[in-house]
Amino acid sequence: MKEVELNTTTINFGPQHPAAHGVLRLVVELEGEVVKRAEPHIGLLHRGTEKLIEYKTYLQAVPYFDRLDYVSPMCQEHAFALATENLLNIEVPMRAKFIRVIFAEVTRILNHLLNIPAYAADIGAVTPFLWCFEEREKLLEFHEAVSGARFHAAYFRPGGVHQDMPEGMEEKLFHHFKTLPKFIDDLEELLTNNRILRQRSVDIGIISKKEAIEWGCSGPVLRSSGVAWDLRRSQPYDAYDQVEFDIPVGKKGDCFDRYLVRIEEMRQSISIINQCLNKIKPGEISVEDNKITPPKRNQMKKSMEALIHHFKLFTEGYRVPEGQTYAAVEAPKGEFGVFLVSDGSSKPYRCKIRAPGFAHLQILDNLSKGHLMADIAAILGSLDIVFGEIDR
Amino acid sequence: MLEKLKKNKDIINIKEVDNLIELECDKNNILSVLKKLKENDDFIFDQLLDITAVDNPSRECRFDLVYILQSLKKNKKLIIKTSLKENDTIETIISVHKAADWYERECYDLFGIEFKNHPDLRRIMTDYNFEGHPLRKDFPLTGHTEVRYDDLEKKVIYEPVKLSQEFRDFDGESPWEGMKNNLIGDEKSEIKKD
Repeated sequence: MKEVELNTTTINFGPQHPAAHGVLRLVVELEGEVVKRAEPHIGLLHRGTEKLIEYKTYLQAVPYFDRLDYVSPMCQEHAFALATENLLNIEVPMRAKFIRVIFAEVTRILNHLLNIPAYAADIGAVTPFLWCFEEREKLLEFHEAVSGARFHAAYFRPGGVHQDMPEGMEEKLFHHFKTLPKFIDDLEELLTNNRILRQRSVDIGIISKKEAIEWGCSGPVLRSSGVAWDLRRSQPYDAYDQVEFDIPVGKKGDCFDRYLVRIEEMRQSISIINQCLNKIKPGEISVEDNKITPPKRNQMKKSMEALIHHFKLFTEGYRVPEGQTYAAVEAPKGEFGVFLVSDGSSKPYRCKIRAPGFAHLQILDNLSKGHLMADIAAILGSLDIVFGEIDR
Repeated sequence: MLEKLKKNKDIINIKEVDNLIELECDKNNILSVLKKLKENDDFIFDQLLDITAVDNPSRECRFDLVYILQSLKKNKKLIIKTSLKENDTIETIISVHKAADWYERECYDLFGIEFKNHPDLRRIMTDYNFEGHPLRKDFPLTGHTEVRYDDLEKKVIYEPVKLSQEFRDFDGESPWEGMKNNLIGDEKSEIKKD
Protein backbone atom coordinates (compact mmCIF):
# COMPACT_ATOMS: atom_id res chain seq x y z
CA MET A 1 0.00 0.00 0.00
CA LYS A 2 1.30 3.39 -0.95
CA GLU A 3 1.63 5.83 1.83
CA VAL A 4 0.51 9.38 1.11
CA GLU A 5 1.91 12.07 3.25
CA LEU A 6 -0.37 15.02 3.79
CA ASN A 7 1.70 18.06 4.30
CA THR A 8 -0.79 20.77 5.18
CA THR A 9 -0.47 23.42 7.81
CA THR A 10 -3.43 25.13 9.37
CA ILE A 11 -2.92 28.68 10.51
CA ASN A 12 -5.00 31.30 12.18
CA PHE A 13 -5.17 34.61 10.32
CA GLY A 14 -6.54 37.30 12.62
CA PRO A 15 -8.72 38.25 14.47
CA GLN A 16 -6.06 40.88 15.23
CA HIS A 17 -4.24 41.40 11.98
CA PRO A 18 -3.90 44.66 10.06
CA ALA A 19 -4.69 43.04 6.71
CA ALA A 20 -7.86 41.43 8.07
CA HIS A 21 -9.54 44.87 7.94
CA GLY A 22 -11.15 44.47 11.30
CA VAL A 23 -11.88 41.44 13.36
CA LEU A 24 -11.85 38.61 10.88
CA ARG A 25 -10.67 35.24 12.02
CA LEU A 26 -9.59 33.20 9.04
CA VAL A 27 -8.64 29.56 9.42
CA VAL A 28 -6.36 28.89 6.49
CA GLU A 29 -5.22 25.47 5.42
CA LEU A 30 -1.98 25.69 3.51
CA GLU A 31 0.02 23.27 1.45
CA GLY A 32 3.38 24.91 1.38
CA GLU A 33 2.34 28.43 0.58
CA VAL A 34 -0.71 27.51 -1.50
CA VAL A 35 -4.13 27.99 0.06
CA LYS A 36 -6.26 24.85 0.15
CA ARG A 37 -9.09 26.21 2.24
CA ALA A 38 -9.84 29.55 3.84
CA GLU A 39 -12.68 29.54 6.30
CA PRO A 40 -13.85 32.88 7.67
CA HIS A 41 -15.13 33.00 11.24
CA ILE A 42 -17.20 36.11 11.62
CA GLY A 43 -19.33 37.56 14.36
CA LEU A 44 -16.55 38.97 16.52
CA LEU A 45 -18.05 42.42 16.15
CA HIS A 46 -21.66 41.29 16.53
CA ARG A 47 -23.46 43.94 18.53
CA GLY A 48 -27.03 42.85 17.99
CA THR A 49 -28.00 45.94 16.01
CA GLU A 50 -31.16 44.33 14.65
CA LYS A 51 -32.32 43.33 18.13
CA LEU A 52 -31.54 46.77 19.56
CA ILE A 53 -33.51 48.49 16.80
CA GLU A 54 -36.60 46.49 17.80
CA TYR A 55 -36.49 48.29 21.15
CA LYS A 56 -35.98 51.79 19.76
CA THR A 57 -38.24 54.22 17.96
CA TYR A 58 -37.70 54.79 14.26
CA LEU A 59 -35.79 57.98 14.92
CA GLN A 60 -33.61 56.40 17.58
CA ALA A 61 -32.74 53.62 15.14
CA VAL A 62 -31.05 56.00 12.68
CA PRO A 63 -27.69 56.33 14.51
CA TYR A 64 -27.28 52.56 14.55
CA PHE A 65 -26.93 52.67 10.79
CA ASP A 66 -23.91 54.97 10.99
CA ARG A 67 -22.21 52.38 13.09
CA LEU A 68 -22.70 49.49 10.69
CA ASP A 69 -20.34 50.25 7.86
CA TYR A 70 -18.55 53.05 9.66
CA VAL A 71 -16.68 54.06 6.52
CA SER A 72 -19.79 55.06 4.61
CA PRO A 73 -22.30 56.15 7.23
CA MET A 74 -24.76 58.29 5.29
CA CYS A 75 -25.54 55.73 2.60
CA GLN A 76 -26.88 53.37 5.21
CA GLU A 77 -29.09 55.93 6.86
CA HIS A 78 -30.36 56.48 3.36
CA ALA A 79 -31.61 52.90 3.06
CA PHE A 80 -33.35 53.06 6.42
CA ALA A 81 -34.90 56.43 5.63
CA LEU A 82 -36.21 55.12 2.31
CA ALA A 83 -37.67 52.00 3.93
CA THR A 84 -39.44 54.01 6.62
CA GLU A 85 -40.73 56.50 4.07
CA ASN A 86 -42.08 53.60 2.02
CA LEU A 87 -44.11 52.41 4.97
CA LEU A 88 -45.21 55.92 5.93
CA ASN A 89 -46.06 56.52 2.28
CA ILE A 90 -44.51 59.97 2.17
CA GLU A 91 -42.39 61.72 -0.42
CA VAL A 92 -39.56 63.98 0.67
CA PRO A 93 -39.18 67.47 -0.88
CA MET A 94 -36.93 67.97 -3.90
CA ARG A 95 -34.20 69.84 -2.05
CA ALA A 96 -33.89 67.04 0.49
CA LYS A 97 -33.55 64.55 -2.36
CA PHE A 98 -30.69 66.52 -3.90
CA ILE A 99 -28.96 66.98 -0.57
CA ARG A 100 -29.21 63.26 0.01
CA VAL A 101 -27.76 62.45 -3.38
CA ILE A 102 -24.90 64.93 -2.91
CA PHE A 103 -23.97 63.49 0.45
CA ALA A 104 -24.46 59.89 -0.61
CA GLU A 105 -21.88 60.58 -3.31
CA VAL A 106 -19.55 62.41 -0.92
CA THR A 107 -19.79 59.32 1.26
CA ARG A 108 -19.01 57.09 -1.73
CA ILE A 109 -15.83 59.07 -2.44
CA LEU A 110 -14.94 58.90 1.25
CA ASN A 111 -15.36 55.16 1.22
CA HIS A 112 -13.28 54.62 -1.90
CA LEU A 113 -10.63 57.01 -0.60
CA LEU A 114 -10.22 54.66 2.33
CA ASN A 115 -10.53 51.39 0.48
CA ILE A 116 -8.07 52.14 -2.32
CA PRO A 117 -5.12 53.16 -0.14
CA ALA A 118 -5.90 50.42 2.40
CA TYR A 119 -5.83 47.93 -0.43
CA ALA A 120 -2.61 49.45 -1.76
CA ALA A 121 -1.10 49.31 1.72
CA ASP A 122 -1.99 45.64 1.99
CA ILE A 123 0.09 44.93 -1.06
CA GLY A 124 2.98 47.21 -0.33
CA ALA A 125 2.31 50.89 -1.02
CA VAL A 126 2.38 53.32 1.88
CA THR A 127 2.17 56.80 0.35
CA PRO A 128 -1.45 56.66 -0.95
CA PHE A 129 -2.61 56.11 2.61
CA LEU A 130 -1.18 59.45 3.71
CA TRP A 131 -2.43 61.27 0.65
CA CYS A 132 -5.95 59.92 0.79
CA PHE A 133 -6.38 60.55 4.48
CA GLU A 134 -5.63 64.19 3.97
CA GLU A 135 -8.20 64.32 1.19
CA ARG A 136 -10.72 62.41 3.31
CA GLU A 137 -10.30 64.91 6.09
CA LYS A 138 -11.38 67.71 3.75
CA LEU A 139 -14.50 65.80 2.77
CA LEU A 140 -15.28 64.96 6.38
CA GLU A 141 -15.40 68.67 7.04
CA PHE A 142 -18.43 68.81 4.75
CA HIS A 143 -20.00 66.05 6.77
CA GLU A 144 -19.33 68.04 9.89
CA ALA A 145 -20.69 71.24 8.41
CA VAL A 146 -24.10 69.76 7.66
CA SER A 147 -24.60 67.31 10.49
CA GLY A 148 -22.21 68.36 13.24
CA ALA A 149 -20.38 65.06 13.22
CA ARG A 150 -17.56 63.76 11.09
CA PHE A 151 -18.69 60.17 10.98
CA HIS A 152 -21.78 59.33 12.96
CA ALA A 153 -23.87 61.88 11.21
CA ALA A 154 -27.51 60.79 11.76
CA TYR A 155 -28.26 63.25 8.97
CA PHE A 156 -30.64 61.42 6.61
CA ARG A 157 -33.78 60.93 8.64
CA PRO A 158 -37.13 59.51 7.65
CA GLY A 159 -38.97 62.44 6.13
CA GLY A 160 -35.96 64.33 4.78
CA VAL A 161 -32.67 65.45 6.22
CA HIS A 162 -31.97 66.79 9.69
CA GLN A 163 -31.12 70.37 8.76
CA ASP A 164 -30.42 72.48 5.71
CA MET A 165 -26.89 72.94 4.41
CA PRO A 166 -25.24 76.02 5.93
CA GLU A 167 -25.03 79.13 3.80
CA GLY A 168 -22.36 79.10 1.13
CA MET A 169 -22.05 75.33 1.27
CA GLU A 170 -22.94 74.88 -2.40
CA GLU A 171 -20.04 77.10 -3.49
CA LYS A 172 -17.64 75.42 -1.11
CA LEU A 173 -18.61 71.99 -2.44
CA PHE A 174 -18.35 73.26 -6.00
CA HIS A 175 -14.85 74.64 -5.46
CA HIS A 176 -13.67 71.56 -3.68
CA PHE A 177 -14.84 69.20 -6.36
CA LYS A 178 -12.97 71.26 -8.92
CA THR A 179 -9.71 70.24 -7.30
CA LEU A 180 -10.52 66.62 -6.52
CA PRO A 181 -10.18 65.23 -10.09
CA LYS A 182 -6.56 66.42 -10.07
CA PHE A 183 -5.99 64.49 -6.87
CA ILE A 184 -7.47 61.34 -8.38
CA ASP A 185 -5.14 61.76 -11.38
CA ASP A 186 -2.18 62.01 -9.03
CA LEU A 187 -3.34 58.96 -7.14
CA GLU A 188 -3.69 57.01 -10.35
CA GLU A 189 -0.25 58.05 -11.47
CA LEU A 190 1.07 56.56 -8.29
CA LEU A 191 -0.86 53.33 -8.48
CA THR A 192 -2.43 52.32 -11.78
CA ASN A 193 0.75 51.66 -13.72
CA ASN A 194 2.75 50.70 -10.70
CA ARG A 195 4.57 47.44 -11.36
CA ILE A 196 4.14 46.06 -7.86
CA LEU A 197 0.44 46.83 -7.72
CA ARG A 198 -0.14 45.19 -11.07
CA GLN A 199 1.88 42.12 -10.22
CA ARG A 200 0.02 41.70 -7.00
CA SER A 201 -3.49 42.26 -8.33
CA VAL A 202 -3.87 41.34 -12.01
CA ASP A 203 -5.41 37.86 -12.35
CA ILE A 204 -5.77 37.51 -8.60
CA GLY A 205 -9.15 36.51 -7.19
CA ILE A 206 -11.12 36.32 -10.41
CA ILE A 207 -14.90 36.27 -10.14
CA SER A 208 -16.77 35.35 -13.30
CA LYS A 209 -20.02 37.06 -14.30
CA LYS A 210 -22.07 33.98 -13.48
CA GLU A 211 -20.44 33.42 -10.11
CA ALA A 212 -20.82 37.05 -9.12
CA ILE A 213 -24.57 36.95 -9.73
CA GLU A 214 -24.99 33.53 -8.13
CA TRP A 215 -23.20 34.51 -4.94
CA GLY A 216 -25.22 37.67 -4.51
CA CYS A 217 -22.36 40.08 -5.22
CA SER A 218 -23.22 43.71 -5.83
CA GLY A 219 -21.56 47.07 -6.23
CA PRO A 220 -17.99 47.33 -7.55
CA VAL A 221 -17.45 43.58 -7.12
CA LEU A 222 -20.32 42.74 -9.44
CA ARG A 223 -19.49 45.51 -11.88
CA SER A 224 -15.83 44.54 -12.11
CA SER A 225 -16.91 41.13 -13.40
CA GLY A 226 -18.60 42.82 -16.35
CA VAL A 227 -22.21 43.20 -15.23
CA ALA A 228 -23.40 46.76 -15.77
CA TRP A 229 -25.72 46.79 -12.79
CA ASP A 230 -26.21 49.80 -10.59
CA LEU A 231 -29.26 50.40 -8.44
CA ARG A 232 -28.85 54.13 -8.93
CA ARG A 233 -29.57 53.53 -12.60
CA SER A 234 -31.87 50.51 -12.68
CA GLN A 235 -34.06 51.33 -9.69
CA PRO A 236 -33.41 55.02 -9.11
CA TYR A 237 -34.30 56.47 -5.74
CA ASP A 238 -34.43 60.10 -4.62
CA ALA A 239 -32.92 62.36 -7.30
CA TYR A 240 -30.81 59.79 -9.13
CA ASP A 241 -33.24 59.79 -12.04
CA GLN A 242 -32.30 63.43 -12.70
CA VAL A 243 -28.57 63.00 -13.05
CA GLU A 244 -26.50 61.37 -15.73
CA PHE A 245 -23.55 59.17 -15.04
CA ASP A 246 -21.66 56.24 -16.48
CA ILE A 247 -21.39 52.83 -14.92
CA PRO A 248 -17.81 51.58 -15.09
CA VAL A 249 -17.51 47.84 -15.71
CA GLY A 250 -14.51 45.54 -15.57
CA LYS A 251 -13.55 42.82 -17.98
CA LYS A 252 -12.03 40.05 -15.93
CA GLY A 253 -13.31 40.49 -12.41
CA ASP A 254 -9.89 40.33 -10.75
CA CYS A 255 -8.55 42.51 -7.96
CA PHE A 256 -7.13 45.03 -10.41
CA ASP A 257 -10.51 45.49 -12.13
CA ARG A 258 -12.14 46.12 -8.79
CA TYR A 259 -9.54 48.79 -8.08
CA LEU A 260 -10.10 50.44 -11.48
CA VAL A 261 -13.89 50.40 -11.09
CA ARG A 262 -13.58 52.21 -7.77
CA ILE A 263 -11.30 54.87 -9.23
CA GLU A 264 -13.75 55.55 -12.04
CA GLU A 265 -16.70 55.55 -9.65
CA MET A 266 -15.09 58.42 -7.76
CA ARG A 267 -14.92 60.42 -10.99
CA GLN A 268 -18.56 59.67 -11.72
CA SER A 269 -19.51 60.70 -8.19
CA ILE A 270 -17.85 64.07 -8.71
CA SER A 271 -19.85 64.54 -11.89
CA ILE A 272 -23.09 63.59 -10.10
CA ILE A 273 -22.37 66.07 -7.31
CA ASN A 274 -21.69 68.83 -9.82
CA GLN A 275 -24.94 68.13 -11.65
CA CYS A 276 -26.85 68.18 -8.36
CA LEU A 277 -25.24 71.47 -7.34
CA ASN A 278 -26.46 72.97 -10.59
CA LYS A 279 -29.99 71.71 -10.15
CA ILE A 280 -30.56 72.19 -6.44
CA LYS A 281 -32.95 74.98 -5.51
CA PRO A 282 -33.88 76.53 -2.18
CA GLY A 283 -36.85 74.93 -0.48
CA GLU A 284 -37.99 72.66 2.29
CA ILE A 285 -35.61 69.98 3.51
CA SER A 286 -38.15 67.69 5.14
CA VAL A 287 -41.83 66.88 4.89
CA GLU A 288 -44.01 69.50 6.51
CA ASP A 289 -45.91 67.01 8.64
CA ASN A 290 -45.11 67.67 12.27
CA LYS A 291 -46.35 64.22 13.16
CA ILE A 292 -43.19 62.88 11.47
CA THR A 293 -40.56 65.62 11.43
CA PRO A 294 -40.00 67.99 14.33
CA PRO A 295 -41.13 71.61 14.07
CA LYS A 296 -38.63 74.42 13.57
CA ARG A 297 -36.86 75.81 16.60
CA ASN A 298 -38.32 79.31 16.27
CA GLN A 299 -41.84 77.89 16.01
CA MET A 300 -41.32 76.04 19.24
CA LYS A 301 -40.61 79.28 21.08
CA LYS A 302 -44.01 80.67 20.12
CA SER A 303 -46.40 77.84 19.47
CA MET A 304 -47.65 75.48 22.18
CA GLU A 305 -48.66 72.91 19.58
CA ALA A 306 -45.18 72.90 18.07
CA LEU A 307 -43.70 72.33 21.50
CA ILE A 308 -46.04 69.38 22.12
CA HIS A 309 -45.17 67.90 18.74
CA HIS A 310 -41.48 68.21 19.49
CA PHE A 311 -41.88 66.53 22.86
CA LYS A 312 -44.03 63.73 21.53
CA LEU A 313 -41.72 63.04 18.60
CA PHE A 314 -38.63 62.69 20.71
CA THR A 315 -40.22 60.65 23.50
CA GLU A 316 -42.83 58.48 21.87
CA GLY A 317 -41.84 58.81 18.22
CA TYR A 318 -44.25 58.44 15.33
CA ARG A 319 -46.40 55.47 14.47
CA VAL A 320 -45.72 53.67 11.23
CA PRO A 321 -48.61 51.87 9.51
CA GLU A 322 -48.57 48.09 9.57
CA GLY A 323 -46.74 46.48 6.70
CA GLN A 324 -43.46 45.24 5.36
CA THR A 325 -41.06 46.62 2.82
CA TYR A 326 -37.58 46.18 1.41
CA ALA A 327 -35.62 49.25 0.38
CA ALA A 328 -32.13 49.10 -1.05
CA VAL A 329 -29.53 51.67 -1.99
CA GLU A 330 -26.34 51.43 -3.97
CA ALA A 331 -23.95 51.87 -1.07
CA PRO A 332 -20.23 52.23 -1.91
CA LYS A 333 -19.74 48.55 -1.14
CA GLY A 334 -22.77 47.25 -2.96
CA GLU A 335 -26.46 46.77 -2.41
CA PHE A 336 -27.30 47.77 1.13
CA GLY A 337 -30.88 46.84 1.94
CA VAL A 338 -33.26 47.20 4.83
CA PHE A 339 -36.18 44.80 5.27
CA LEU A 340 -38.55 46.53 7.62
CA VAL A 341 -41.65 45.07 9.27
CA SER A 342 -43.97 47.35 11.20
CA ASP A 343 -46.80 46.28 13.50
CA GLY A 344 -48.33 49.75 13.62
CA SER A 345 -46.51 50.90 16.76
CA SER A 346 -43.74 53.45 17.08
CA LYS A 347 -40.98 50.83 17.07
CA PRO A 348 -39.94 48.58 14.18
CA TYR A 349 -41.18 45.02 14.70
CA ARG A 350 -38.29 43.61 12.74
CA CYS A 351 -35.48 45.30 10.88
CA LYS A 352 -33.22 43.08 8.84
CA ILE A 353 -30.12 44.64 7.41
CA ARG A 354 -28.74 43.28 4.16
CA ALA A 355 -25.03 44.04 4.13
CA PRO A 356 -23.13 43.73 0.85
CA GLY A 357 -19.94 42.67 2.62
CA PHE A 358 -21.64 39.60 4.06
CA ALA A 359 -22.21 38.19 0.59
CA HIS A 360 -18.74 39.19 -0.56
CA LEU A 361 -16.94 37.58 2.35
CA GLN A 362 -18.81 34.37 1.69
CA ILE A 363 -16.96 33.84 -1.60
CA LEU A 364 -13.54 34.36 -0.04
CA ASP A 365 -13.00 30.60 0.26
CA ASN A 366 -13.77 30.18 -3.44
CA LEU A 367 -11.61 33.10 -4.50
CA SER A 368 -8.52 32.24 -2.52
CA LYS A 369 -8.34 28.53 -3.33
CA GLY A 370 -5.14 27.83 -5.24
CA HIS A 371 -3.68 31.27 -4.61
CA LEU A 372 -0.74 32.03 -2.37
CA MET A 373 -1.22 33.00 1.24
CA ALA A 374 -0.06 36.54 0.47
CA ASP A 375 -2.84 36.92 -2.09
CA ILE A 376 -5.47 36.57 0.61
CA ALA A 377 -4.54 40.03 1.83
CA ALA A 378 -4.97 41.39 -1.71
CA ILE A 379 -8.33 39.65 -2.21
CA LEU A 380 -9.66 40.79 1.16
CA GLY A 381 -8.60 44.36 0.47
CA SER A 382 -10.19 44.39 -2.97
CA LEU A 383 -13.52 43.06 -1.67
CA ASP A 384 -13.77 46.09 0.62
CA ILE A 385 -14.62 44.31 3.83
CA VAL A 386 -15.78 46.28 6.85
CA PHE A 387 -16.85 44.30 9.85
CA GLY A 388 -19.33 46.74 11.24
CA GLU A 389 -21.81 45.83 8.54
CA ILE A 390 -20.99 42.14 8.23
CA ASP A 391 -21.35 41.29 11.89
CA ARG A 392 -24.02 43.91 12.57
CA MET B 1 -44.99 39.11 -14.87
CA LEU B 2 -47.71 39.16 -12.22
CA GLU B 3 -50.11 37.30 -14.51
CA LYS B 4 -47.56 34.61 -15.21
CA LEU B 5 -46.82 34.20 -11.51
CA LYS B 6 -50.52 33.78 -10.79
CA LYS B 7 -50.65 30.76 -13.09
CA ASN B 8 -48.40 28.87 -10.70
CA LYS B 9 -50.49 26.85 -8.23
CA ASP B 10 -47.82 26.73 -5.52
CA ILE B 11 -47.81 30.48 -5.11
CA ILE B 12 -50.47 32.36 -3.18
CA ASN B 13 -51.21 35.94 -2.16
CA ILE B 14 -49.31 37.70 -4.91
CA LYS B 15 -49.19 41.47 -4.86
CA GLU B 16 -46.96 44.13 -6.30
CA VAL B 17 -46.04 47.31 -4.48
CA ASP B 18 -43.84 49.75 -6.41
CA ASN B 19 -41.15 47.57 -7.92
CA LEU B 20 -41.40 44.88 -5.28
CA ILE B 21 -43.38 41.66 -5.74
CA GLU B 22 -44.55 39.92 -2.58
CA LEU B 23 -45.82 36.36 -2.54
CA GLU B 24 -46.29 33.42 -0.23
CA CYS B 25 -45.79 29.70 -0.63
CA ASP B 26 -45.93 26.51 1.40
CA LYS B 27 -42.71 25.50 3.10
CA ASN B 28 -42.66 22.12 1.36
CA ASN B 29 -42.67 23.75 -2.06
CA ILE B 30 -39.96 26.30 -1.43
CA LEU B 31 -37.27 24.49 -3.37
CA SER B 32 -39.41 23.90 -6.45
CA VAL B 33 -40.79 27.44 -6.43
CA LEU B 34 -37.32 28.99 -6.18
CA LYS B 35 -36.08 26.71 -8.93
CA LYS B 36 -38.93 27.72 -11.20
CA LEU B 37 -38.38 31.40 -10.46
CA LYS B 38 -34.70 31.06 -11.26
CA GLU B 39 -34.83 28.94 -14.39
CA ASN B 40 -38.02 30.04 -16.12
CA ASP B 41 -37.23 32.64 -18.78
CA ASP B 42 -40.20 34.74 -17.72
CA PHE B 43 -38.77 35.43 -14.26
CA ILE B 44 -35.00 34.72 -14.01
CA PHE B 45 -34.71 35.55 -10.32
CA ASP B 46 -31.09 34.48 -10.29
CA GLN B 47 -29.73 36.52 -7.40
CA LEU B 48 -30.51 35.69 -3.81
CA LEU B 49 -30.18 38.88 -1.78
CA ASP B 50 -31.14 37.73 1.66
CA ILE B 51 -32.86 35.16 3.84
CA THR B 52 -34.34 36.29 7.10
CA ALA B 53 -37.17 35.53 9.48
CA VAL B 54 -39.77 37.34 11.54
CA ASP B 55 -40.81 35.93 14.90
CA ASN B 56 -44.46 36.11 16.00
CA PRO B 57 -44.60 34.11 19.25
CA SER B 58 -48.37 34.47 19.57
CA ARG B 59 -49.07 32.70 16.29
CA GLU B 60 -49.24 28.95 15.82
CA CYS B 61 -46.91 29.23 12.83
CA ARG B 62 -44.40 31.21 14.77
CA PHE B 63 -41.84 32.11 12.14
CA ASP B 64 -42.24 33.85 8.82
CA LEU B 65 -39.24 32.89 6.75
CA VAL B 66 -38.48 35.52 4.14
CA TYR B 67 -36.45 35.09 0.97
CA ILE B 68 -35.48 38.22 -0.94
CA LEU B 69 -34.59 37.67 -4.59
CA GLN B 70 -33.58 39.89 -7.45
CA SER B 71 -33.79 39.49 -11.19
CA LEU B 72 -31.07 41.48 -12.92
CA LYS B 73 -32.53 40.86 -16.38
CA LYS B 74 -36.11 41.83 -15.50
CA ASN B 75 -35.05 44.49 -12.99
CA LYS B 76 -37.39 43.25 -10.27
CA LYS B 77 -37.17 42.40 -6.62
CA LEU B 78 -39.24 39.68 -5.04
CA ILE B 79 -40.06 38.66 -1.48
CA ILE B 80 -41.18 35.09 -0.76
CA LYS B 81 -42.74 34.40 2.59
CA THR B 82 -43.35 31.00 4.12
CA SER B 83 -44.61 30.08 7.59
CA LEU B 84 -42.98 27.68 10.00
CA LYS B 85 -43.96 26.26 13.37
CA GLU B 86 -41.45 26.39 16.19
CA ASN B 87 -39.96 22.93 15.65
CA ASP B 88 -40.45 22.74 11.89
CA THR B 89 -37.53 22.18 9.59
CA ILE B 90 -37.24 23.42 6.03
CA GLU B 91 -35.23 22.18 3.08
CA THR B 92 -32.03 24.11 2.38
CA ILE B 93 -31.93 25.97 -0.92
CA ILE B 94 -28.18 25.77 -1.46
CA SER B 95 -28.73 23.50 -4.46
CA VAL B 96 -30.53 26.39 -6.20
CA HIS B 97 -28.80 29.43 -4.73
CA LYS B 98 -25.25 28.90 -3.46
CA ALA B 99 -25.35 32.18 -1.60
CA ALA B 100 -27.94 30.72 0.79
CA ASP B 101 -25.18 29.03 2.81
CA TRP B 102 -24.36 31.83 5.23
CA TYR B 103 -27.84 33.31 5.23
CA GLU B 104 -29.30 30.02 6.40
CA ARG B 105 -26.60 29.72 9.02
CA GLU B 106 -27.54 33.18 10.24
CA CYS B 107 -31.22 32.25 10.45
CA TYR B 108 -30.33 29.10 12.35
CA ASP B 109 -28.13 31.05 14.73
CA LEU B 110 -30.44 33.96 15.46
CA PHE B 111 -33.85 32.25 15.22
CA GLY B 112 -33.15 28.54 15.70
CA ILE B 113 -34.72 27.51 12.39
CA GLU B 114 -33.22 24.24 11.17
CA PHE B 115 -32.45 23.75 7.53
CA LYS B 116 -32.51 20.15 6.33
CA ASN B 117 -29.48 18.92 4.38
CA HIS B 118 -27.45 22.07 5.00
CA PRO B 119 -23.80 20.96 4.74
CA ASP B 120 -22.47 23.09 7.57
CA LEU B 121 -25.20 24.37 9.88
CA ARG B 122 -23.18 26.09 12.59
CA ARG B 123 -23.62 29.32 14.45
CA ILE B 124 -22.19 32.29 12.60
CA MET B 125 -22.92 35.55 14.39
CA THR B 126 -22.88 34.70 18.06
CA ASP B 127 -20.00 33.66 20.30
CA TYR B 128 -18.55 30.15 20.34
CA ASN B 129 -20.61 28.04 22.80
CA PHE B 130 -23.44 30.58 22.81
CA GLU B 131 -26.83 29.33 23.94
CA GLY B 132 -30.23 30.54 22.78
CA HIS B 133 -31.42 32.35 19.69
CA PRO B 134 -31.14 36.11 20.17
CA LEU B 135 -33.62 37.43 17.61
CA ARG B 136 -36.54 35.47 19.02
CA LYS B 137 -38.95 37.79 20.75
CA ASP B 138 -38.70 35.84 24.02
CA PHE B 139 -34.93 36.32 24.21
CA PRO B 140 -34.18 39.28 26.50
CA LEU B 141 -32.44 42.30 25.00
CA THR B 142 -29.78 42.19 27.70
CA GLY B 143 -28.95 38.54 27.04
CA HIS B 144 -28.20 35.92 29.68
CA THR B 145 -24.43 36.07 30.11
CA GLU B 146 -21.85 38.81 30.18
CA VAL B 147 -18.08 38.64 29.92
CA ARG B 148 -15.34 40.45 31.75
CA TYR B 149 -11.63 40.09 32.29
CA ASP B 150 -10.88 38.66 35.71
CA ASP B 151 -7.67 40.01 37.17
CA LEU B 152 -7.23 37.18 39.67
CA GLU B 153 -7.82 34.33 37.27
CA LYS B 154 -6.05 36.23 34.48
CA LYS B 155 -8.63 35.30 31.90
CA VAL B 156 -11.95 36.34 30.43
CA ILE B 157 -14.84 34.84 32.37
CA TYR B 158 -18.53 34.42 31.60
CA GLU B 159 -21.13 35.14 34.27
CA PRO B 160 -24.89 35.77 34.42
CA VAL B 161 -25.94 39.30 33.53
CA LYS B 162 -26.22 41.64 36.51
CA LEU B 163 -28.09 44.84 35.80
CA SER B 164 -27.33 47.78 38.06
CA GLN B 165 -30.66 49.24 37.04
CA GLU B 166 -33.77 47.28 36.19
CA PHE B 167 -34.36 46.92 32.44
CA ARG B 168 -36.82 49.57 31.33
CA ASP B 169 -38.95 49.08 28.29
CA PHE B 170 -41.19 52.02 27.50
CA ASP B 171 -44.20 51.08 25.44
CA GLY B 172 -44.32 54.56 23.91
CA GLU B 173 -48.09 54.56 23.95
CA SER B 174 -49.47 58.02 24.04
CA PRO B 175 -52.05 58.73 26.76
CA TRP B 176 -53.96 60.60 24.07
CA GLU B 177 -53.72 58.26 21.15
CA GLY B 178 -52.54 54.82 22.12
CA MET B 179 -54.54 53.89 25.21
CA LYS B 180 -57.93 52.22 25.14
CA ASN B 181 -60.74 54.02 26.90
CA ASN B 182 -61.92 51.74 29.70
CA LEU B 183 -64.55 54.07 31.18
CA ILE B 184 -67.92 52.34 31.28
CA GLY B 185 -70.55 54.35 29.47
CA ASP B 186 -67.96 56.41 27.56
CA GLU B 187 -67.70 54.05 24.57
CA LYS B 188 -68.75 56.78 22.19
CA SER B 189 -65.40 58.50 22.57
CA GLU B 190 -63.77 55.55 20.78
CA ILE B 191 -65.75 56.21 17.60
CA LYS B 192 -63.47 57.83 15.04
CA LYS B 193 -64.37 61.31 13.92
CA ASP B 194 -63.68 60.75 10.23
